[in-house]
Amino acid sequence: MENVGVLMTCSMSAYLEGELEKRFKLLRLWESNSKAQFLAGFGESIRAVVGDTKVGADAELIDGLPRLEIVASYSVGLDKVDLNKCKERGIRVTNTPDVLTDDVADVAIGLALATLRKICLADGFVRSGQWRNGDFELANKFSGKSIGIVGLGRIGTAIAKRAEAFGCSISYHSRTKKQNTNYKYYSNVVDLAANCEVLVVACALTNETRHIVNQEVIHALGPKGILINIGRGPLVDELKLISALREGRLAGAGLDVFENEPDINESFFGLQNVVLLPHVGTDTLETSKAMADLVVANLELHFLKKPPLTPVV
Amino acid sequence: MEFMAEHQPSKVHQPPEIIVLGPPSVFKLYYKQFSSRFRVLRPWESPLSLPRFLTAEAQNTQAALISDGIRLTSAVLHHLPSLRLVVATSAGINHIDLVECRRRGIAVANAASIFSADVADLAVGLLLDVLRRISAGNRFVKGGLWPMQEAYPLGFKLGGKKVGIVGLGSIGLYVAKRLEAFGCAISYSSRKEKPSVSYAFCPDICKLAANSDILVICCALTEQTHHMISREVLLALGKEGVLVNIARGAVVDEKELVSCLQSEEIGGAGLDVFENEPSVPKELHELNNVVMSPHCAVFTEESMRDLYELMCANLEAFFSNKPLLSLIPEE
Repeated sequence: MENVGVLMTCSMSAYLEGELEKRFKLLRLWESNSKAQFLAGFGESIRAVVGDTKVGADAELIDGLPRLEIVASYSVGLDKVDLNKCKERGIRVTNTPDVLTDDVADVAIGLALATLRKICLADGFVRSGQWRNGDFELANKFSGKSIGIVGLGRIGTAIAKRAEAFGCSISYHSRTKKQNTNYKYYSNVVDLAANCEVLVVACALTNETRHIVNQEVIHALGPKGILINIGRGPLVDELKLISALREGRLAGAGLDVFENEPDINESFFGLQNVVLLPHVGTDTLETSKAMADLVVANLELHFLKKPPLTPVV
Repeated sequence: MEFMAEHQPSKVHQPPEIIVLGPPSVFKLYYKQFSSRFRVLRPWESPLSLPRFLTAEAQNTQAALISDGIRLTSAVLHHLPSLRLVVATSAGINHIDLVECRRRGIAVANAASIFSADVADLAVGLLLDVLRRISAGNRFVKGGLWPMQEAYPLGFKLGGKKVGIVGLGSIGLYVAKRLEAFGCAISYSSRKEKPSVSYAFCPDICKLAANSDILVICCALTEQTHHMISREVLLALGKEGVLVNIARGAVVDEKELVSCLQSEEIGGAGLDVFENEPSVPKELHELNNVVMSPHCAVFTEESMRDLYELMCANLEAFFSNKPLLSLIPEE
């Protein structure tokens, strides 16, 4: 397989790069100054693309790769892959489900705890020496809060399981009601938000779910409500979120994803009641290796003419 | 026949008198409410020393509400000859001379396990913060550094890790239940094995640390547990090990902890308590693998409200000769 041309779209993982380099003829899109020039020069030789949440495989890229057979995404989310184009061209698409479920769910709970219990603020209070001058402010309890989950897929379910251990009650909204669960179902996100204290966004980003958390949902969640987003930035109307947080119409937010990463809206920076992470939901030593191994396995199986492990298309 | 109504002499209803020592935070938060239900003696507002104040004002006072910052010694108790009830605002009561209280027939009520969930939640929150770099990540993003630095350091997965809980009381059990849901394997050490739990018992603290990726301190501070988490235990926990302490600072040898963190002989620490509060070793301020909080595990609005209600319920039960809600039984 050393002659198979594989294109990595960005420097997502040094480990993955090494493993691909060992097995394939690896080309690096980010080393080229011009995508157009790169495609003109090397497009014909590429049979596989490895993309991630930052740089995927859009129509322009796919069009420039006439011999493309497979897109193996280093992610579970596929909003950066033009799935329709892949279907048209008969291009295989694989992602990395399951191996990252636990880590993303852990960050969701970690963000909820950090936001409600004001852990980041408390740490700052100690580091700056303010503790010598007085007591820290009161925080809010997490145990027993009602959690509303938008999207009860693998990650949403894992979040629910963890929250239940804290005595939280779980309700959810999903495209369809799930048969094998006792959690309370709401057919729309506004009703879900009106009936929970912590709203967790855990669904995929599609044309239908863009801004699924909008002004109405934020208003329903209310001045004591907390929003946690570990899905995709565009799932939330960020401008409405920022003004609600500024004006005290929402109590707080914990966010791992944003509409414009990494140049996120700087209005977030001054908000005391938000916790911000640089899209690290899957970024642990253990999981990034597991994701990389899965990408490599999918590619190897494909080029051995065997079915890949985690195909989507 | 003439119907004789019972003659009830009219009485001006006097709220019962209590003395507050401290004062505890819950009293400051609920000052108005306490003051409307009880007649409150407030020694901190008096220019007199405490013994003088007690002698002058509290000779007939039967109930005291005390913060855990006050040492209720036999010397203090001596100045409260009518005392029959002490209501403590914490779960721990090592600041109260229990022997002297028993001798005098003074009942002691504490905060029981109303804080256990909040304390356990903070333990999990601190742990997740250390492993997944939440506070560090928040500083990174809010400092505008994300666009400049493509590769942010990886964190560590919680699932599948081995957790050793030191002290399996109410808080330790709550921590265990929560971490199980994240896929952790739980072992514990305690004064005595608990046959009702399925977790592995490991009485030797060093062995527990050697077999764990994460050590969570949930035990009371006693003579036996003072500096129990020694250099030896920390080295056994190891280079990738994480220590979480939501118990008392002095259970851990803080000097050795700082040294091990600086020399990277342990992987990280989440700390709500310190040996010399509110002083915190300044070496910790620079470390990104340490998350600190100012001994605030019980300070949520919800727990303070629950505590206020429990304190009042105990006091009102006492004054109506009813059983106390959180009486500490004689052992």
